[in-house]
Amino acid sequence: MTSLPQPGAKKLGLVIDLDTCVGCQACATNCKEWNTSGHMGPLPDQHPYSAGQEGVWFNRVHSYEAGDGEAGRTVHFPRSCLHCETPACVTVCPTGASYKRAEDGIVLVNTDMCIGCQLCAWACPYGAREFDEDQGVMKKCTLCIDRIYNEEIPEARRVPACVSTCPANARHFGDLGDPDSDVSKLVAERGGFELMPELGYKPVNRYLPPRRAPKVDAGPPKDAGPLPSQITNPLLRWVDKVLSR
Amino acid sequence: MNPAPSIVFFTVCSGAGYGLLFWLGLLRFFGLVPANAGFGVAACGLALVLVMFGLLSSTAHLGRPERAWRALSQWRSSWLSREGVAAVVTFAPAGLLFLALAADNEALARPMGLLSAAGAAITVYCTGMIYASLKTIRQWHHPLVVPCYLLFGAFSGAVLLALIAAFWGAAAVPAAIAAVLGACAFLLKRLYWSSVDGGRPVATMESATGLGFIGTVRPLDPPHTETNYLLREMAFRIARVHAARLRRIAALAGFAAPALLMLLVYLAGGVVGGVLAVAAVALATAGLLAERWLMFAEATHTVSVYYGVPDRR
Repeated sequence: MTSLPQPGAKKLGLVIDLDTCVGCQACATNCKEWNTSGHMGPLPDQHPYSAGQEGVWFNRVHSYEAGDGEAGRTVHFPRSCLHCETPACVTVCPTGASYKRAEDGIVLVNTDMCIGCQLCAWACPYGAREFDEDQGVMKKCTLCIDRIYNEEIPEARRVPACVSTCPANARHFGDLGDPDSDVSKLVAERGGFELMPELGYKPVNRYLPPRRAPKVDAGPPKDAGPLPSQITNPLLRWVDKVLSR
Repeated sequence: MNPAPSIVFFTVCSGAGYGLLFWLGLLRFFGLVPANAGFGVAACGLALVLVMFGLLSSTAHLGRPERAWRALSQWRSSWLSREGVAAVVTFAPAGLLFLALAADNEALARPMGLLSAAGAAITVYCTGMIYASLKTIRQWHHPLVVPCYLLFGAFSGAVLLALIAAFWGAAAVPAAIAAVLGACAFLLKRLYWSSVDGGRPVATMESATGLGFIGTVRPLDPPHTETNYLLREMAFRIARVHAARLRRIAALAGFAAPALLMLLVYLAGGVVGGVLAVAAVALATAGLLAERWLMFAEATHTVSVYYGVPDRR
């Protein structure tokens, strides 16, 4: 049913740290790797070995410049499904293929029922859904539902592929419905925010803002002597080197 | 938004079909169009053909058209599903109307005409709501979108009815209605354009990324070097000069010229009226296709903000 379930207590989601993300694309790559043979796989590619290559990805990492001058900085920005509490992508679905799980809040597509009308992609403000032109159905992030509940893999690795692979520890997975969970504490401590909350879809995922750069107190300029390379006399250069130690 | 030909054709075609069905059912109830079987069969038949062609065309947009029947299940939450249900339900009175008209069964034709008119109006209302309910696209999430869909369907249907009625020398009433609706459509679309042109984007790069507290945000590196589904579907761009030209075509060929021609049909009647009605149908069709194409091409989606595609052309 595309009518939304009664909201459950458990809200599984991601917390993405924009301060530490280095934009390495490992999360996107591992996501593609795992999910192409996962619950909603395959994630097809068109023209993979020639010009005009494109394909279905559940995770896209943008890079932005924010601010100007000394306050300016580069921010890498992974964008994926936010598993909203009131997702329009689910309610607009005419077939019941799109659904939100009551037990953990994960938003999924039943690709056996999807007719490929793509209205859900129009309804999602975040561009989380991508159309599989080979199968003619919509695909999206499953929050690695086939990892997080997978008893065949060690418990420590039962996290989404993007989280497990992040070398900068910029991605965190947990229950954002539980105020005492590690992710909820992290969000509270760092002032995590929702994307476009004004649209009212109540995203579950949170983004941690880049930390403000510490103000560097420049102090008075140092006494500017000649650089070692500017001293032509080898003896004086040696003296300068010794005294500079 | 990408103006998929199947959807542009579908909404124009079935909109005109439902408009025709609406006016046929309503005007025939009040005895304002010819009551003979030939006229009824021609008008109702054309309406049904247009609606069916439109609906078939819409399935061409589906990735899995063979599963289209599943779209009838989620009418509780989905306007697309409601549209499908309304379209299917409307076929019942419309089919009976066709049979009643063919059999000259006045007692059945009158109530079925009214029910068909109601079904047609509800179906087109649902079509409009599919677009109007999407908060992600400000040009669609607009109070004039549903009135536009209803009015343009009613207008194009009235023009078609006037054309058919002209063959029976009775085009006056539908032509007068079409002339008035055409003038209203011209004004409403102008009002809509001026409103969306002055509108604010749903999101900016600062608000969409939440990075506005640092300062202005600019795209540095895209997530992929080639295009993708999101860019093709949701970040369609149209040159400002083309949009301005197409708007003129839509407003003049789609609404103003057919409205004037319908006024002449009302005044002239006869063979001249018939010829003018043919011209009006041709112009209205071309203009409405341009209008519907623009409705998509000029619509901007919030996801394009992440890619740095500007809201304004």
